Order: sequence, then C-alpha cells, then structure tokens
Amino acid sequence: MALEAKNVFFRYTRKSPWVLEDCSLTIERGECVAVTGPSGYGKTTLARLLAGWQTPDKGEILADGKPLPTRGPCPVQLICQHPQEAINPRWKLRKVLEESGKLQEDRLGEFGIERAWLDRFAGELSGGELQRFCVARALLSGADYLVCDEISTMLDGITQAQIWETVLKEAKKRNLGIAVITHNFHLAKKLGSRRIDLTAR
Amino acid sequence: MTENRESLLSIRDFGVSFQRYDSRMGQTRLQVISNLHLTVYPGEILAVVGSSGSGKSLLALAILGMLPLNAVTGGEILYRGKELTPERQKQLRGKKIALVPQSVTFLDPLMKTGKQADGQGGTGLTQKRRDIFRRLGLPGKTENLYPFQLSGGMARRVLVSTALLTEAELILADEPTPGMSLEQALEALRMFREMAEEGRAVLLITHDLDLAVEFADRVAVFYAGTTVETARASDFQNGPDALRHPYSRALWESLPQNGFRPVNGFQPYAGNLPGGCPYAPRCPLRTARCETALPPVRTVRGGEVRCYDGA
Amino acid sequence: MKRKNQRTKLLVLAAGLAGVLILIYALGLLIPEKAVEGSFLEAGRPPCLSHPFGTDALGRDLLARTLKGLSVSITVGIVASGVSAGIALLVGIASAMGSRQVDAAVNWIIDLVMGIPHTVLILLISFALGRGMTGLLAGIAATHWCSLARLVRGEVLQQRSRPYIMVSRRLGKSGGWILLHHLFPHLGPQFLAGLVLLFPHAILHEASVSFLGYGLPPEQPAIGIILSESMRYLSAGMWWPAVLPGAALLGVVLLMDRLGEQLRRVLDPVTAQE
Repeated sequence: MALEAKNVFFRYTRKSPWVLEDCSLTIERGECVAVTGPSGYGKTTLARLLAGWQTPDKGEILADGKPLPTRGPCPVQLICQHPQEAINPRWKLRKVLEESGKLQEDRLGEFGIERAWLDRFAGELSGGELQRFCVARALLSGADYLVCDEISTMLDGITQAQIWETVLKEAKKRNLGIAVITHNFHLAKKLGSRRIDLTAR
Repeated sequence: MTENRESLLSIRDFGVSFQRYDSRMGQTRLQVISNLHLTVYPGEILAVVGSSGSGKSLLALAILGMLPLNAVTGGEILYRGKELTPERQKQLRGKKIALVPQSVTFLDPLMKTGKQADGQGGTGLTQKRRDIFRRLGLPGKTENLYPFQLSGGMARRVLVSTALLTEAELILADEPTPGMSLEQALEALRMFREMAEEGRAVLLITHDLDLAVEFADRVAVFYAGTTVETARASDFQNGPDALRHPYSRALWESLPQNGFRPVNGFQPYAGNLPGGCPYAPRCPLRTARCETALPPVRTVRGGEVRCYDGA
Repeated sequence: MKRKNQRTKLLVLAAGLAGVLILIYALGLLIPEKAVEGSFLEAGRPPCLSHPFGTDALGRDLLARTLKGLSVSITVGIVASGVSAGIALLVGIASAMGSRQVDAAVNWIIDLVMGIPHTVLILLISFALGRGMTGLLAGIAATHWCSLARLVRGEVLQQRSRPYIMVSRRLGKSGGWILLHHLFPHLGPQFLAGLVLLFPHAILHEASVSFLGYGLPPEQPAIGIILSESMRYLSAGMWWPAVLPGAALLGVVLLMDRLGEQLRRVLDPVTAQE
C-alpha cells in the first residue's frame, strides 16, 4: 500500500527541457515524507503529477498499485501553496466544503474553522483561514494520500503550526501517506520521517 | 543605537481602509491596516514580517501613493521629516524611493528586460546592470528577452535589479525572494546589504521570519494590520525572553526549529479588527484594558512594543 | 474623499432605461391601428401640437408610426440578440471543452462569418428566407454571435486550468457539474453585458436592412421603412420624416449602449470597487 512514482518524465511542451527526468519515489501509507529542493527543481510539477492534475509523458503514478483514476474521486489529493487560487471566489465557503461530500458541521472544530466563516466568500477571509478550508476539503474527501505543496509557506508561524497539527492528527487517525513539499529545511526536518532531495539526482 | 539618527521614513498611526460594496447596494469600509507605527533609518534593513494576505503589501503601495482608487488612508507618513504628500510621492517614486514589486506583472510586457532594468538612467548603466544580472545568476542573453520569455524566478531577479540600479535612498522590497534558488536569494539579499552599507535604507516586506532575522537589522512584527513590536533581529536569535510582545514570543515558539507550538484562535482579518489590542483574544496576559483600548507604543529595551504588560 | 456610489448610480440608470424602453414598447402596442391610418387632409404636415413628429406624405401620424416602429425594433433587438447570445454560449463552450477538431472548426466558422460584412450576410440570409420578420431575425442572429463566442471560449479555456477547477475534478465532480457550478456563474456577468451590448447592433442592422428594402415588408411601421419612404420626399423639403424617427432610433440605441457599458463596469472586477 503506497503511492509510487515510477521513472516519471515530464515536460510542458515537446521542445522544452525535461522538468522531471526519470524521477521515482515511494510514499507508504502512514508515512510522512519531506520532498525538498530549491525552486526550479520541479517540486510543484511533481506535486501535480502525484495528484493526477497532470499526466507524465513517460512513466507512471500508482496509488496502491493501480494507476490514478481519470474520473471520480482521486485517492491522492493535492493542497496548493495559494489557497486563494484553489477556492472559487464566487462561492460561499460552505459550498467549498460540500464539494468533498456532505458537510459535517460537528467536525469543523478539528480543522480550526469557525461556523460563521461558512457563509462568507473567499475574499472576506485571510490566507490562513482559507488554507484551513483547503485542508479540510482534502481530508474530508476520503483520500488516502495527501500531497502538500508548500501549504504553509505564505502563512505566519503560528498558523503554520496549527495547520500541521490538524493534518498530522488526521493522518495518524486514518493512516494517511503524506508528501510534504517544502523548501524550508526546518519544517522538512520536523515533519518528515525521511527526506527526498530533488537536487540529489 | 538608531534613535539619535534622523529617520528617513517615519510612519505614525497609519491606516488603510477600502470602500466596498456589500451584498445590497450600500458601501462599507473595510479596515485593512490600522495604527501602524514604523521608522526606517538610513543604512539599515528593516523587515516587516506578516502572513500573506494580511495587508502588508499595501504598506509599500501606500508609501508610493499607488493604492487602488477605493482606498482611504489615515495617519501620516513622513519622508525626511516632511509629510509625504501625493505630489511628493509622484516626485520621489522611481527616483528616491524604488519598489521591488511582489508581482511580476509589474514588468512592461513590450520592453526587453535589459532596457527595462536600465529605466531612465540611459545607456551609462548598461555595464552596471550586466554586472548585477551576472551576480544574480541571470544569463547574458536575458537582457534581450521579453518578460513573457522569463521564468517566474528570473522575472523576480530582473525586478530586483531594476530597483538596485536606481539611485534610490529607500528601497521597498515586497517579497523579493520567492521563486529564486537559495544562492540567488542570498545574493539578492547580500546586494541589499551592500546598499544599506552605502547609507541607503531597505524596507523588506516578507512572510518569512527566518529570512528576516537572518538578513535584517531590525524586524517589525505585523499582526492583524498593525505592527505589534519592532525588535532587533538579534532579539529573535536570543529567544523568547529577549522579545517584548506576547505575539512575537508565540511566533518564535511556533517555528518548526523552536517547538512547533500552535496557539488557539486565529488572526483577525480585514474588516473584523477588534477595538483594543488585536492579539487580546489569544493572549495569555490579557486584561480588561487590552480588549477596549489599543496600548500605546512604548520603547522597551531598545525596541518598540504595543503592550500594557511590563515586559 | 467621498466618491459617488457607482452601483446605486447604475441601478437608477438601469431602472430608468428599462422604464423608457418598456414605455416605448407598450405605447407601440397600445396605439390603435386607427392612429396610423392615413388621411389626405393631413398629408405632409410639419411638426405641430397635434402631430409632434408631423405627418408623412400619406397623412399618417409620424409619432404613432415611430413608436410602433421602435416597438418592432425592440422586439427584433431582444429576440435577435437573445438567440445570437445563446448560439455564442453553446459554440464558445463547445469550442473550449470539445476536441481539438471542434475547436478548429468553430474558429474557422467564426473567421468566415466575421470576414464577410454583416450587412451583406444579413441581406443574403434574409433574402433566402423570403424577407419578412423571420428572415431578418435569422440573418441578424446568425451574424452577431461571433465575438461573444470568442469571449466565452477564451474565458472557459482560462478557467479550465484554474486550481479550484482541478481540485473539483479530482474530488470526483463531472464535467457537467463543473460547467454548471463553476463556469456558468463565472461567465454569467460577462455574458449579460455582452448580450446587452449586442442589442444596439441588432436594432441598427434591422433598420438598415429594412431601409434597403430587404427586411421588413413596407406595410410594417418599422423605422427602416419610415426612413426609406422619407427619402422620396426629402427633396421636397420634408425633413421631419427622416430626422425625427431617425433621432428616436438613435436615442434608444444610445440608451442601450450606455446600459451595457455600465453593466460591464460594475461586473468587471477591476473597476467594480471604484
């Protein structure tokens, strides 16, 4: 039971250079792996591939041995760096959470979400508050793996600690596999049971 | 240390709010920055650290007089001791005050980057610019590229060099480093340091406390639209006891290398700023007074803090 | 600094405009046929108190005819721009969401339609369908969807790669659901503004084609017909059948254009908060 990338190649157009070249990694269920590397080493591309937002040109992405489904809920969910872009600005936040199934209002507290926020629009909340919605949406979808692409980079330290506390608690409860993509060395050291360095290849 | 020198930029009780339409036809005011207090001295790097979307980018735009039309400002901004009026802002921006904007959309899409970086300085700058480009790891051909041909990190380095090439006395750098590699970011920050050593001043607006502590002389902690504490960068290296505001201490303790400890609650956001101290709802030291009136700015151990607590 | 509330201004303007248009439309329908019957005793009167727009060479009251004509114009405008906008929406979405071939075909048709002058194409279609209201409506509807379709296509393409749509897809939402919940609410405002801005075009084309004699039949009191008839008497010094109905048409068109422009300003997020 693992999320695997097997000899993955990716580039944006046929003429551009490879962003990822022969990249392989494995994330077991219940494991938190830090993927580090400075910008320009394809961290975000790798995140998008792992969650099925894009398909590799060569190689494959497998979740529990099966390729990612093209329809229906994906067992791998991606949380992005900028929550503002991952939430439809014309929606009330209640609808954002309902995208991953029926709203469980009694669980909002676990995600640090105030009930009053549900009736607001994205523009009325801060980045940290919106990121809690993105985290809740991903966790409530029933996914087995989370890919967290710099999810706390733009937040203040306290909000960062809060969000990771939420993610780790849920991950432990449900035995999730997590890829923490970050450029922050301290965060990688704190969260990851092991580290994959993209510059090392 | 810095108190005896003449300040370059001084911001007092500054606020920014926006006129907005609510769901009906009425207009409401959305307070984003309030009671902001900041002084920048020549020869230093002052970092303003706050989370993204907290309105700290508006600070740079307000200093330059480039806020959107529906913004309303209060308080005062003094540049070299004199009020910064819209006419003076127009005169100074680009010449005495330069901006390294956060968004790469600030580049002119129809102009080659080399020419763009030179600005109005003419061809005399070309050699200097090539030097800066090289130091920031921009390949030689970059000057002949148009902005759309640049990667995000390259565009940001071009923006940094644009500001470095001016004769500005004050540089406002709004999140200059994301998208750069570690070496490039370090080089950009080293160049800011060189400029400070020439007697200019850099206001570094960032979300990254580690970076601010590493490179700035002083750090202003931005919380819920205001600066709760301005401390020497070394105070953050010395740990929570050297800091003055309960939020700054909690912030220090929340870093992954210092315990990763969260605090309950959330940072109040634009439009919902409380009347008293913005940190009061989460503060372990709060008293009744904190919730009704914002504490005045006090100087404590060489730093400025807005807190009633003795610290 | 106190600024005028744009939205209130728009609301007042929109209500006023809608009021004027409804009034014109209702008056045109309510005026009895008798009012536009000719009387040779009254023929060729310049504007006076009992006939504010004067009478034509057959003695028909021109104010009554103009109002009836404007009412026809408004009907044509609403139906033609509505149908045209509907085509634009369907084609734009098909082009953006469909296969590469669909997109290429749609773009080819758009280039083709836009390459032929509108008036010529309307004339041809209207003539082929036997003139009259149906032919005219078909002609106008078939020529006015292109630029709006391009706008819709561009918007959908841009939205499709947005992270929140990617998330929605990976949460298991179907293409139709995403179209309905994510894309339509986004397209709505621009589509509405585009629709309102089509309206003046449609009206002017109706008038010009009728003027040339390829649109509405001569017995219909359309503005184009009135203007066309007036040409015969212009040399006799009868200026009023040409100037006054023409000015009335121009007035309606400008009001509509103004409304569309205001809508666009308020719905456009860049200027919305000014």
